[in-house]
Amino acid sequence: MAATITKRVVAAGREVADHLLTPLAKAPTGITGLDELTGGGLPRRRPSLVCGSAGSGKTLLAMEFVVRGITEFGESGVFMAFEETREDLIANVASLGFDLQQFEADGKLVIDHVNVDPAEMVEAGDWDLEALFIRLGASIDAVGADRVVIDTIETLFGAFKDTATLRSELRRLFLWLKARGVTAVITAERGDGMLTRHGIEEYVSDCVIVLDHLVTGATSTRRLRVLKYRGSLHGTNEYPFLIGGHGISLQPITSLGLRHAVSSDRVPTGIDRLDVMLGGEGPYRGSSMLVSGPAGTGKSTVAAQFCDAACARGERAVYFAFEESEDQIIRNMTSVGMGLRRWVDEGLLTFRCVRPSLQGLEAHLAAMQALVNDFDPAVVVLDPISDLIGVGTGGDVSAMLTRQVDFLKGRGVTAMFTSRGPEGHSVATNHVVASLIDTWLLVRTLEGNGEHNRMLSVLKSRGMAHSNQVREFLITDRGIELADVYVGSQGVLTGSARSAQEAKESSDAVERQEDLEQRRVNLERHRQSVQAQVAVLWHEFEDEADSVNRLLVRGTTGREEGAEQRLEQGRLRGSDPAEPSDPFEHSDQVGTR
Amino acid sequence: MTSAIPLHPPVAVEESAHWHLRLYVAGQSPKSLNAFANLTRLCEEHLDESRYDIEIVDLIANPQLAAGDEIVAIPTLVRRLPKPIRKIIGDLSDSDRVLVGLQLRPGVR
Repeated sequence: MAATITKRVVAAGREVADHLLTPLAKAPTGITGLDELTGGGLPRRRPSLVCGSAGSGKTLLAMEFVVRGITEFGESGVFMAFEETREDLIANVASLGFDLQQFEADGKLVIDHVNVDPAEMVEAGDWDLEALFIRLGASIDAVGADRVVIDTIETLFGAFKDTATLRSELRRLFLWLKARGVTAVITAERGDGMLTRHGIEEYVSDCVIVLDHLVTGATSTRRLRVLKYRGSLHGTNEYPFLIGGHGISLQPITSLGLRHAVSSDRVPTGIDRLDVMLGGEGPYRGSSMLVSGPAGTGKSTVAAQFCDAACARGERAVYFAFEESEDQIIRNMTSVGMGLRRWVDEGLLTFRCVRPSLQGLEAHLAAMQALVNDFDPAVVVLDPISDLIGVGTGGDVSAMLTRQVDFLKGRGVTAMFTSRGPEGHSVATNHVVASLIDTWLLVRTLEGNGEHNRMLSVLKSRGMAHSNQVREFLITDRGIELADVYVGSQGVLTGSARSAQEAKESSDAVERQEDLEQRRVNLERHRQSVQAQVAVLWHEFEDEADSVNRLLVRGTTGREEGAEQRLEQGRLRGSDPAEPSDPFEHSDQVGTR
Repeated sequence: MTSAIPLHPPVAVEESAHWHLRLYVAGQSPKSLNAFANLTRLCEEHLDESRYDIEIVDLIANPQLAAGDEIVAIPTLVRRLPKPIRKIIGDLSDSDRVLVGLQLRPGVR
């Protein structure tokens, strides 16, 4: 049932996607994310309006539209500027790598600064903007422009008092632009209660993009919204965007979707017993892990060991740190037996250490993504994400991390986030990301016997049979080791209590061993004494047997001699022959011998 | 010098200055033609013939010239001399405003 609905939705989505590509021609802007948002770009051969307050990035968006047209789509452009001079514009975008002078030299771009100074102008009678049309037309013809930017046309409202004439002329201008068949971007100031200060939007009705600033706390986030796009499906949300080193970048959440390819590869964490706890092999490649716990529980060490293990496998790793500097992390990890320096030297590991308050969340996100794109790591650590809370509100952080997680998953990067919170596990950040992450490791300390001991457990781990046992977490000079905890009638034993228990068990064993040994020795002695007694008895027996034998031999001869003697005596005495002597006489003789 | 000014002593422009006026037009449009007619009339009324000259620039013929004087509207009259440069836009049908703009008469009514 659910599957059918999903299929239908997906199918409908595809239909819409197909539909919006065919009938309405679009001019791709080349601006990261904006083309996804608008389903292909701005309406081709029509004017689009970009409005926003001062400093919201209108000029840059317009400029990037023209520049990308030149560099990526082979379309020449005209930039008519009412506010900034040509030199200013060239200098302003040079930092983004746009060489406007080169484009001009190549005949691909015309920058026309129109300086309208109301102070030196008097109106006397009917006029029109034909000169502007001629001027623009000449520029368009000069480079065969497909793209035209007018930035900011509302400046004219400050120059001319006859706004009725101006309005009708602007209307004529937009019609003229359409007739010229150029894709135009017109920028305008945001007005009070109106989209633009002077109601320009009523003339430009095909596509309206609104830019603004949202300031929460002390950090501001730029946002973009496609307010209107006639004849096209478009994202309607406000999307945060960023002006970075490569121009504007926009990361619409909805454009990402949940369609990551998943891997059943496993990535060892670097802590053998933890891998055993996580279904025997560690987390899946491309999954995201959260290590949460209070301060000083060793979260960073877990994260560093994760990087260390990745580098040891020859994979690349990026460590985003929001609290410590690179050198500090390397030094600290050296103390627990991890030599991270060599991975940095080998180019397998890179750090990005910045304070969260350096920039807004979007800027962090974009910077992180840029680094991930450039460095192409297999493993990424964000330590800790809880610090980002200070920069944005919970919702923003959640949205940002969602995009980060999606982005990393999309690239198949295994991520480990750490999150600091008070004792226990109900922490704001954790709620924010709890549903996003696949494997949640909980590190906490247990106080008892006058000491704090670290404990680690797996709170959840999607898609694997994971251990539900608590392990004691030891930071040794060979990295992290996990030890069993003793669970008995006295509760969970950790630390010295565990050691004491171990010692006790060990000594009990020794005692038992000694006892057995003693018994064995005793038995042996007994055996020896029995053997000795047996030997004595056997000797006695042999002696007796000897003597008996001797007596037996002597007894026989004695009887014969006696008989002869008695016969002799009898003869001498003349007596009767006698019976043989009583045998008891002989045995008495033997016994008394 | 001329009859129009003596009643108003604080004139903005030196009487001896040479006047160089440039009129930007777009072909033979009605506004352009009106502007030229109005300008000629005003100059004849207020300036000595030997002390001014009028240059006509047709932007349709020479579009690149629009950038020089930052022309956006048509017709535009530019007072090149005497300095400072003044611009008057429109078909110059409002004579009072033209004179104020050119500082041919003081800016008080």
